[in-house]
Amino acid sequence: MTTPPPAIELKGISKAFGPVQANQDISMSVAKGAIHGIVGENGAGKSTLMSILYGFYKADKGEIFINGQATPIPDSQAAIRAGIGMVHQHFKLVENFSVVENVILGAEDGAMLQPSVSKARKVLTDLATEYGLEVNPDAIIEDLSVGHQQRVEILKQLYRHADILILDEPTGVLTPAEADQLFRILERLKAEGKTIILITHKLREIMEITDTVSVMRRGKMTNTVKTEDTSPQQLAEMMVGRKVLLEVDKTPANPGEVVLNVQDLRVVDGAGVERLKGVSFNIRKGEILGIAGVAGNGQTELLEVLGGMIAAQGGTVTLKNQEIDLTGKHSNGQTRRARGIAHVPEDRQTEGLIMPFEAWENAAFGYHQDDKYQANRLLMSNAAIKADCAEKMERYDVRPPNPRLPARNFSGGNQQKIVVAREMDRTPDLLLVGQPTRGVDIGAIEFIHKQILALRDQGKAILLISVELDEILGLSDRIAVMFDGQLMGERLPEETNENELGLLMAGITETKGAA
Amino acid sequence: MDKMPKWADVILIPLISVALALIVSGFVVLFIGENPLEAMAIMVRGAFGSAYGWGYTLYYATNFIFTGLAVAVAFHARLFNIGGEGQAALGGLGVAIVLLNFGWPHWSVALVAAIVGSAIFGAAWAAVPAYLQAKRGSHIVITTIMFNYIAAALLVYLLVNVFRVEGSMTPETARFAESMHLPNAADFAGFLGFRPSTPLNFSFFIAILCCVGVWLLIWRTRLGYEIRAFGHSESAAVYAGINPTKIIMITMLISGGLAGMMAINVVMGEAERLVLDFTEGAGFVGIAVALMGRSHPVGVVLAALLFGALYQGGAELQFEMPAVSREMIVVIQALVILFTGALDNMVRMPMESLFLSLKRRSDAAGQSTPAE
Repeated sequence: MTTPPPAIELKGISKAFGPVQANQDISMSVAKGAIHGIVGENGAGKSTLMSILYGFYKADKGEIFINGQATPIPDSQAAIRAGIGMVHQHFKLVENFSVVENVILGAEDGAMLQPSVSKARKVLTDLATEYGLEVNPDAIIEDLSVGHQQRVEILKQLYRHADILILDEPTGVLTPAEADQLFRILERLKAEGKTIILITHKLREIMEITDTVSVMRRGKMTNTVKTEDTSPQQLAEMMVGRKVLLEVDKTPANPGEVVLNVQDLRVVDGAGVERLKGVSFNIRKGEILGIAGVAGNGQTELLEVLGGMIAAQGGTVTLKNQEIDLTGKHSNGQTRRARGIAHVPEDRQTEGLIMPFEAWENAAFGYHQDDKYQANRLLMSNAAIKADCAEKMERYDVRPPNPRLPARNFSGGNQQKIVVAREMDRTPDLLLVGQPTRGVDIGAIEFIHKQILALRDQGKAILLISVELDEILGLSDRIAVMFDGQLMGERLPEETNENELGLLMAGITETKGAA
Repeated sequence: MDKMPKWADVILIPLISVALALIVSGFVVLFIGENPLEAMAIMVRGAFGSAYGWGYTLYYATNFIFTGLAVAVAFHARLFNIGGEGQAALGGLGVAIVLLNFGWPHWSVALVAAIVGSAIFGAAWAAVPAYLQAKRGSHIVITTIMFNYIAAALLVYLLVNVFRVEGSMTPETARFAESMHLPNAADFAGFLGFRPSTPLNFSFFIAILCCVGVWLLIWRTRLGYEIRAFGHSESAAVYAGINPTKIIMITMLISGGLAGMMAINVVMGEAERLVLDFTEGAGFVGIAVALMGRSHPVGVVLAALLFGALYQGGAELQFEMPAVSREMIVVIQALVILFTGALDNMVRMPMESLFLSLKRRSDAAGQSTPAE
């Protein structure tokens, strides 16, 4: 008996971007009807490899075999012809088109739309029954939940007869329940003989659903193993190249008096949509309050209003029993910093850092009015900022420790360390942290978590907002879940679990009315 | 990690762009039946061959430094101020008003008054589009260009109906008093061969001083830091507590003020009265100068010098080669603007990949020797 050729086989793929070797001599094969995971830190080369497979980039060297046949993939059209479909992390859907219009987009049969639409409608019905991918074909994309939008993406690929599906970080935007549904769909697809490549940084998902897993590190594929023969700990070590602490080592909190008190905070955005619908909570000294929730439920607005980036439409906030002006002319990031509030923003690339600025210029960002950075009344002291930056880079282990390097040339983890160093080093009374480890490699995650805990142990109040439940559960002393601009009650990390939080994140409280 | 060494970005690429523009211009000259090399020689000689030529080249360059700096400062906040023409026209009005209405005892005092007058009028003209951009989101490109037309019309009205000398048929103001005339190059650099008729005057030093000022502002002050931060990322600026409205307003006021100061050179230093259309397109050339000079004062000076030479050399060419008409000169200038400004990426991208492959080769050579 001859074994069938693998669905995908890569041989010696190499790709360089300028001096950076993104992929180096990568070989990999995925059996037909298997779910294959690819893990690796940010910048390990996962996305580049998949982009080569999908025809976005051309490999410098190497060959691609599909079902045993050498198949050059110069562009994404060729990838589609070869039966490869890709579901991107950020969906590529036309928001105000219906499901069926999105599905046929780019795959219309002729100049007139109607025949394709009717055909697609029929195919969608078949696919829905075959794989459990039910979506109303006439629903408008922007009205669908994120989980359903993702189904549309998958349907789009299946409509194009994809036999090999690549999913890039598919669960990043899903609630745990939605992620479970996705996995069930993937299993159905697998049972029907589709081959699936899953790119993720969540080791738990790898363990749960994949058959085989490849680990990438620094552009090389270091290991490929059967999932049943490995463990999260072992995978993490292969990714980082050393032993890592997956669990946060945390001592019990020792909360003091209330530092931050938020009462009935309301924010209405420019379009008139109420983003925060009366949020109240407090944080004590030496305590981390974690706010979980699916992205887009008001967490961003909460951080922005506390950080002085946007105005509130109602409510009061007091810091150490003194009210903070939430609307006036002087409600901005600089006055907040002066009051002892530091802010690690959710998006370091568009908020926390100026990417073309050199590291030292970023090290003073937001604090550039501070006296210690001035040479005299008129001019800034670049020398003082550089010295300060070099010293911080040393202490916060930013690599490379070169203050003259533009921020965009650092890896995600090191960019985040620059932000964290800047915000934490002033030992603020209140630290606002949004997605502290998004797009950050495991080694840096460990470091940043330690820093956050160390600040707590110095008796500071910390508001942690994250979409990573593991992070919330691991770091927080109290957990609140945010849904649709409201807090869905508080839990203690030791008395709750992912399932309960997942339900709260979806807006479901088991006992209505209970706080 | 960067794609190219800095010198290539700042010097090599503009040079290649200019060379390309000149080659294409050469073909145009060839097409009308003249010798391009000879034309080139006439232009270079006309611009740099004599104290007379230098006088005009530097005089034009002075204008372009002011307007180029104006555009450059706004660029740092990612604001595209193409209203330099109108702001300069209003600056001229400011100069005329302060010099005609007050009896300044000495040219130096008059100069300070003219600087203040031109800068305030230019800034005021930029303030309206800036306010509309900051508060109402009206795009500054549209509003500033519209304000150019309003400024032109306003000046015609004022020169015809308000400032025209009784009994004169020309729409211009009276001449400024003798005591307020700026020293020209013959006065302070006569030893270099400048004649009293040269248009080059003391304003040149003001322009250079402005370059130093802009450099300090952008790279050494908190305000400049905030302007650059805002220019790169508005969301990050808001995060840092920088007020976008304030930055847009201040940046445009500075920009408009610099454009207005161009009038010191022309109105006070050369014409010694306010005449119609004295800006002669310098506001627009400023855009090309800022683009080519990478919004850096040193680059602005070099680019302004190039365009000054093009203006002066072009005038000479027109004089010595009758087949080359005034319009031809404009074509050549336009080609330079096209290649240095609009087609920048055409040169940049091949150069970047060239430098990348060079770097890779040298890296590979470095690695082939056993490293670890």
